Amino acid sequence: MDRFVYSIEGLSVWVGRAFGWCILILTLSVSYEVFVRYVLNSPTVWAMDVMIQMYGALFLMAGPYALAQDTHVRGDFIYRLLPVKTQASIDLTLYVLFFFPGMLALFWFGAEIASDSWRYKEVSWNSPARIQIYFFKTLIPIAGFLLILQGLAEIVRCVRAIREGQWMARLNDVKETEQLLMEQSANASEEQKA
Amino acid sequence: MSNPEVAILMLCLFIVLVLLGFPIAFTLIAMGVGFGYYAYYSGGTTLEDIFSNQIFYLLNQNTYSVMENDILVAIPLFLFMGYVVERADIVGRLFRSLQMAAHNLPGSMAIAALITCTVFSTASGIVGAVVTLMGLLAFPAMAKAHYDKKFASGVICAGGTLGILIPPSIMLIVYAAIAQLSPLRLYAAAMFPGLLLAGLYIVYVIIRVKINPEIAPKPAKEDIPPTIEIYKDLAVSFVPLTVLITVVLGSILGGLATPAEAAAMGALGSLILAALYRALTWQKIQESVFLCAKATAMVCWLFVGSWTFASIFSYLGGHDVIEHWVLGMDLAPWQFLVMVQTIIFVLGWPLEWSEILIIFVPIFLPMLDNFGVNPYFFAMLVALNLQTSFLTPPMAMSAYYLKGVLKDQIELMDIFRGLMPYLGIVLLCMVLLYQFPGIALWLPDYLFGAYVP
Repeated sequence: MDRFVYSIEGLSVWVGRAFGWCILILTLSVSYEVFVRYVLNSPTVWAMDVMIQMYGALFLMAGPYALAQDTHVRGDFIYRLLPVKTQASIDLTLYVLFFFPGMLALFWFGAEIASDSWRYKEVSWNSPARIQIYFFKTLIPIAGFLLILQGLAEIVRCVRAIREGQWMARLNDVKETEQLLMEQSANASEEQKA
Repeated sequence: MSNPEVAILMLCLFIVLVLLGFPIAFTLIAMGVGFGYYAYYSGGTTLEDIFSNQIFYLLNQNTYSVMENDILVAIPLFLFMGYVVERADIVGRLFRSLQMAAHNLPGSMAIAALITCTVFSTASGIVGAVVTLMGLLAFPAMAKAHYDKKFASGVICAGGTLGILIPPSIMLIVYAAIAQLSPLRLYAAAMFPGLLLAGLYIVYVIIRVKINPEIAPKPAKEDIPPTIEIYKDLAVSFVPLTVLITVVLGSILGGLATPAEAAAMGALGSLILAALYRALTWQKIQESVFLCAKATAMVCWLFVGSWTFASIFSYLGGHDVIEHWVLGMDLAPWQFLVMVQTIIFVLGWPLEWSEILIIFVPIFLPMLDNFGVNPYFFAMLVALNLQTSFLTPPMAMSAYYLKGVLKDQIELMDIFRGLMPYLGIVLLCMVLLYQFPGIALWLPDYLFGAYVP
């Protein structure tokens, strides 16, 4: 069962990170556009579309990544005080009832919309270059599919936590500065006590 | 289709699920899809009727709208800039240079910490990072100089929270996308309230230390470097980051670049700055990229849910029923404002700014017209108010971050006590803004012409 969870999460993390690099392309292409527009006075015809597509792909495909790392924001001021088994039972119920309908809609109907878009080779009207957007629209069902997989992994996690009274560890990943520093301080003060 | 009872049920159920701690983005999507299915259900019983419901297309449509929203593009770029600045060891330089430069002022280190927080959090925009970094940097320095601990911790928590208010802040971009206001005008409107609040903090520190010099002893003569060194330090450590922020902000307010374009240049600038400080490693770039991806997903998926939720809530007549109810109370505009701000203030105890902005603020926005309240003025009141969501016990996130890095060096209660005066200053600032709306409204009107509703 561990293998099942970790391979799905590995996939989510890998995809999210891969699309994360869009931020560099986004930074550089927009900066380039600003440069050629103001300094060379010859704006590109594609910058607007590249900007939109890089940003859209970035956040959409990082969704499963964020779920796999539990970084989606929760109103958890009560939740975190509960015992692990209660947390897991709540999560299990809510995942089963509330998570999948929306994600299935993204997957199934997103695929229908995307296939229409492929059929008539839809292009964007944001800028004169009229860049193709059927790839871009295809990302929605893919993200939906990855989120469904990740949701299954979360369910297995919940079941495990209910049985064992302990959450499975998340895959190792970069930590926010505040988390990193707080963990370092915690370790340091424990060492002092020992 | 109007069915206000169902809309109210939807809102209540949603709040219950949020309280249970389910990720908010997916709770919003679930409520939107579930109740949307009910709202659009045509009554047919064939398989086709059951499975092809308008709501599924609406969800996809909303997802796509978030993907091609040209205001939200600025969010990953500002986040990326923040992560690069955060990891480039800039904050340490900033604090040390300012600490020396301020040595003549009463409470010099506290003032240096406040200015560092202001500049750094403006660039970074992530409250937790600013508070923890400053907690490890400025707090030990102040403790060593025998500063009062409550006083020192209050300065760091209050200063670190300024980043969500002073432009270019991510919160204001989110607000612009929610309320469909111009991010340009919002930035312009936030300039003076932000600076006013930072200024009031500094004035408070000076007065406090003048009255009671014991809480912040002056630095020893031999610790102060020669004046020329101070200027050199400032030029190397303080000026570049400040110039970068000023350029980013100036190009937005000057109408030269959209927020997204300015943010991209800011991100590029911070990469260059980090390289010049010899703090740019491949690992740091990688970390910034990954963190940026996660944080962007977190914010933007909230929008996917929120837009679906809001359109169904409104379709069911939820907004109307609340509006009707509030208008029925027959309030004067000031009573309305006090009521709304009190609600937001109370919500700030358990919730964070993103949740309050995306879920609760939209409920009040349609009513502004009825009371003749300028939406930018309202936005600034909310933005100031959200400062308190980090500072109000028992859920003062800033205090928890600081406690998290300082561990045994300070009691949580002492941090809370240190915070209280700043909470008072935020409220004072809101009263000032209410009395003199020009603080917020003058600059946007001056730069972009009078506001036409």
